[in-house]
Amino acid sequence: MPSYILRRLLLLIPTVFFALSFLFFLFFVLPGDPAQLIAGGADRNPDPGVVARAAERYGLNDPVLVQFGNFWGRTLQWDLGESFINDRSVNDILGEKAPRSIRLAIWAVILEIIIGISVGLVSAIRRYSLSDKLATVGTAAAAAIPAFVLGFILQYAFAVYPERHNWPDWAQMKTSRLGPDAWTFFFIPAEDQWRYLILPAITLAAVSTALAARMMRGSMLEVMRADYMRTARSKGLSERAIVMRHGLRNALIPVITLIGIDFATVIGSAVLTETVFSWPGIGSQIADSIRSRDLPVILGLTLVVVITYSIVNLLVDLSYAWFDPRIRLGQGAEV
Amino acid sequence: MTIVDPHASAPAPGIPSGGEAGIADVATAPQPLRVDIVKRFLRNPLAVAGFSFLVFLVLVAVFADLIAPMGFAERTQPQVSREGPSSEHWFGTDITGRDVFSRVVYGSRVSLKIGILATTLALTIGVMFGSAAGYFGGWIDTFMMRITDVFLAIPYIILAISIATVFGRSENAVILVLGLTGWLPISRIVRASFLGLKQLEYVEAATALGFGKGRIMFRHILPNALQPIIVYGTVSIGSAILSEAALSFLGVGPRSPTPAWGLMVAEAGAGSLASAPHILFFPGLAIFLTVLAFVLVGDGLRDALDPKLK
Repeated sequence: MPSYILRRLLLLIPTVFFALSFLFFLFFVLPGDPAQLIAGGADRNPDPGVVARAAERYGLNDPVLVQFGNFWGRTLQWDLGESFINDRSVNDILGEKAPRSIRLAIWAVILEIIIGISVGLVSAIRRYSLSDKLATVGTAAAAAIPAFVLGFILQYAFAVYPERHNWPDWAQMKTSRLGPDAWTFFFIPAEDQWRYLILPAITLAAVSTALAARMMRGSMLEVMRADYMRTARSKGLSERAIVMRHGLRNALIPVITLIGIDFATVIGSAVLTETVFSWPGIGSQIADSIRSRDLPVILGLTLVVVITYSIVNLLVDLSYAWFDPRIRLGQGAEV
Repeated sequence: MTIVDPHASAPAPGIPSGGEAGIADVATAPQPLRVDIVKRFLRNPLAVAGFSFLVFLVLVAVFADLIAPMGFAERTQPQVSREGPSSEHWFGTDITGRDVFSRVVYGSRVSLKIGILATTLALTIGVMFGSAAGYFGGWIDTFMMRITDVFLAIPYIILAISIATVFGRSENAVILVLGLTGWLPISRIVRASFLGLKQLEYVEAATALGFGKGRIMFRHILPNALQPIIVYGTVSIGSAILSEAALSFLGVGPRSPTPAWGLMVAEAGAGSLASAPHILFFPGLAIFLTVLAFVLVGDGLRDALDPKLK
């Protein structure tokens, strides 16, 4: 096991190295004239003075190899660059916005786990029942609806419509922005904050919840056929004990894995969700920077996302063994 | 969609039916199996509903010129903007006074074109890459899989956004972006199938007969590895349409006045929500139904091709 962790960590280094180098290449070498892209994009014919300034500021007149060295020098010192729009450092932006994205993501994952697992479980136990059919259609629908469309629909139904029809105050959600930014214990909303939090959290959770529910259903159906389930039944255990103690625990393994792997989907939805709700986190920052072609910020934040994503994936792999002792990582034995 | 693809009739990857006359001829009895697949597919009402919707959508795309009362960039004269649905403008008009119904109808062309071409590109790269890695194995396989690891370390949407930022905005750029990001999971699937199939006796027999590597890979092994590819390919068209909508929404998709559904939602924006929700509702609904249809057909195909999985 320790040697496996070590090997995975060692593999992580070249993977992240090449992934980040690819992004550097994509942004600063491939476009032909990156200075022009930074200064506003080739489509907009930016002022030559601005282009020259961008080229100088980012050392774009240096040979590519020197630039590449500088890029890695900066990155290894965790200096993620500066915005070309307002001179803020990406580190600053990250410090301000990352906690907000993390809070939103925590709630989305909580919703995903609770709703996804229970829907999948009920679907599997009551197979072919009406609730199973509804769940099948519902999860397919939730996976097919774009986060930005769902976000707008929720805004309309729970914020715009109630406000227009003077619903009682407690029933009105807020369409957008952060709210009072008041939190107790990092992610528990304080004051009015929950009104701002709940709709984006649901939107962010939708796709992954649907996937988790589908996975849970399949996994549980598989487990129900296993021999130890028959044994448990023949011991005369109650159906509840069979499902909860023997079934659920085993069926959860692939679902937990999915929730980890699914982190990429969450990142994708976060960009859309935060944009729709003007939630000032990393996602909406990336979207804003795309719109203003703020290349250094896009690259800086992308680096952070890639590194986080790789670490999460590693942790997911390691958690296999923790959840299922039968799995011995790194010994080539598949149980 | 090639539901009745003759190659897909192999009951399971383990049993060779091969596309090659003279070798596997004895083992092939595709006709009844193929009929079985169609029957199983038709027994699934959701899949049939999805498939019917897709047929409808293709017809809409083909006959868009006849169906749409106005051009997709044409403005009402005199200009009526943000008007709700009426008998004259079924889906209302948008901010600049264009007919939303016509734009949604023309949008089906954009979505289908991007979805199908991007998936074709992804399938081509993914199948070539995955079959080479799986067939040759050894250090070639390790090297190729490390390459996919590197790209998989970058979350899909981030990779797509990055490439799209650099390539500029157009329909073709979106197809390229989605094709270049979409092949990774396909290559993994194909590789896994190839690893299992290449060890079977019929492949050995083909090798002994002196067939070339390319012929063995693509005419002997690939037909037996098609099932997961077909299912994944179907769902991918839906995902590509969803991603296209997301890229358009974020401003790295096709430019206005292209009637891309995601772009229509983005152009309407939060500002229309209170005053004219129909501008975002109809294109949003179109994306939703189309993607849902592909997901349902994909599910139906999976169950029909391999009943064990259900």
